[in-house]
Amino acid sequence: MNVVVDLNRCQGYAQCAFLAPQVFTMHGEESLLYTPVIAEDQDERVRRAAAACPVQAIVVGKEAGSGAR
Amino acid sequence: MRGEPRDGRIVIVGASLAGLRAAEKLRAEGFAGSLTLVGEEPQPPYDRPPLSKQVLLGKVPAENTGLPQRREVDAEWRLGVRATGLDPFGKRVLLADGEEVSFDRLLIATGTRARPWPNPAEAALDGVFTLRTSDDAGRLAERLDAGPRRVLVIGAGFTGSEIASACRERGLEVTVAERGPAPLVGALGGTLGTLATRLQRAHGVDLRCGVTVTALEGNGRLTGAQFSDGTRIDADVAVVALGAVRNTEWLAESGLAAGPRGVTCDAGCRAFDMYGIVTDDIFAAGDVARFPHPLFEYQLLSLEHWGNAVAQAEVAAHNMVNPGPRRRPHLTVPAFWSSQFGLNIKSVGVPTFSDQVVIAQGSLKDARLVAVYGYRGRVTAAVSVNQAKWLEYYQRLIETAAPFPPAPGAADRPESLVPVPSDVPDPKMLSHGPTVALTGHLPDRRLTVVQPAR
Repeated sequence: MNVVVDLNRCQGYAQCAFLAPQVFTMHGEESLLYTPVIAEDQDERVRRAAAACPVQAIVVGKEAGSGAR
Repeated sequence: MRGEPRDGRIVIVGASLAGLRAAEKLRAEGFAGSLTLVGEEPQPPYDRPPLSKQVLLGKVPAENTGLPQRREVDAEWRLGVRATGLDPFGKRVLLADGEEVSFDRLLIATGTRARPWPNPAEAALDGVFTLRTSDDAGRLAERLDAGPRRVLVIGAGFTGSEIASACRERGLEVTVAERGPAPLVGALGGTLGTLATRLQRAHGVDLRCGVTVTALEGNGRLTGAQFSDGTRIDADVAVVALGAVRNTEWLAESGLAAGPRGVTCDAGCRAFDMYGIVTDDIFAAGDVARFPHPLFEYQLLSLEHWGNAVAQAEVAAHNMVNPGPRRRPHLTVPAFWSSQFGLNIKSVGVPTFSDQVVIAQGSLKDARLVAVYGYRGRVTAAVSVNQAKWLEYYQRLIETAAPFPPAPGAADRPESLVPVPSDVPDPKMLSHGPTVALTGHLPDRRLTVVQPAR
């Protein structure tokens, strides 16, 4: 599963960094860094983080075009 | 348009963010015909912003920035093959492998590529890089891992500044060469350019402004660089961050209004032909598109922004499968972000479309602020530094053409509400290309109140 964050929307509430710290980390006070390709054991945590995001900036889904290779 | 708008053959040339989001939107709007995506790079769509951040910091492998899909697109993917031509009469896209794809409607989303170093022999030296693709990022990250003695970054726009930031965070020595008077000055003007200068130096960057790199030295392998002020440095890595070139060469014989500034289209993403007549079956979206925006006096904008690629792709896709009266304009207020030297910089509106700027909240001293830009007495842009939560408020001021300078907010008292010139330089003075290019003429002054789409 992959994740992308719309960082125009993101306002640094850091809810995701609490719920899935292996995937989302704060870099400085406000910048968010994330791991786009998620390990399987993180799926549930990432889905919870996406649901909890106050500005709904997190998109989670199957890797796009993965059948195309 | 042949057949029903929700049927037929749609081809999307460009399989990155804009192409992917357009494909998803087409299916979401009920397009049931055949869909083909053509992409020059062999990888499925991936996200580029992490390349200059997570990837260069060594936190994420370059090949691991694939984009998630928002829905199934049921498309034929033609990846690793470049489009080389467009036959508008036969309605065919010609491919580099000699094949061709027929379409009823076409979306051009070929984006941009890194502007190469102008001297090919110097560009070929081992140690000279550009940063646009995941392959670029992978090679550069590997070289940074090896611990070069000094990295030279040529051009202090957003990409160059983020590269310099990542290098400093890794503890590498960095020299940044910028032709203009300050980093970021081409996008954000003089006031925030001064702040960027201070920050880079505080983080140990050897920042040299007002100079150009006149030669990259080396014999097979990069050893150093010479500057226009007569000085030179030793460097074993150089990253050329001189902005982007729009991928329009393949359209040279197409009869479309396509050139170095992009593919000109209307507010509904329909491409113009070379005579300025709008086509009804060829659309453009993302970095390659150049479109009029009512908030900025209908000047044609070319935006190299993540958010614009998404929003414009969705408008284009909607308009590709809906008849005239149901079509929508692309009116999104431009927005982008950058993360560098510990700061989160976010922008709404077009800061280069300004004559004055004021620090409306916070202060330059604390590097926590909102700078608001005005043009002829109305708000046209706002940039926050570690103050993102306030930006939405200013976006509404931009959308409603609110008077500039803005009234003081209730949150805190600004240092000074007296606007100063925004000092947006002539792009000719910069070593990197602008990420926002105002490329149209100035029509009669018109104030426009824009209602957000939907």
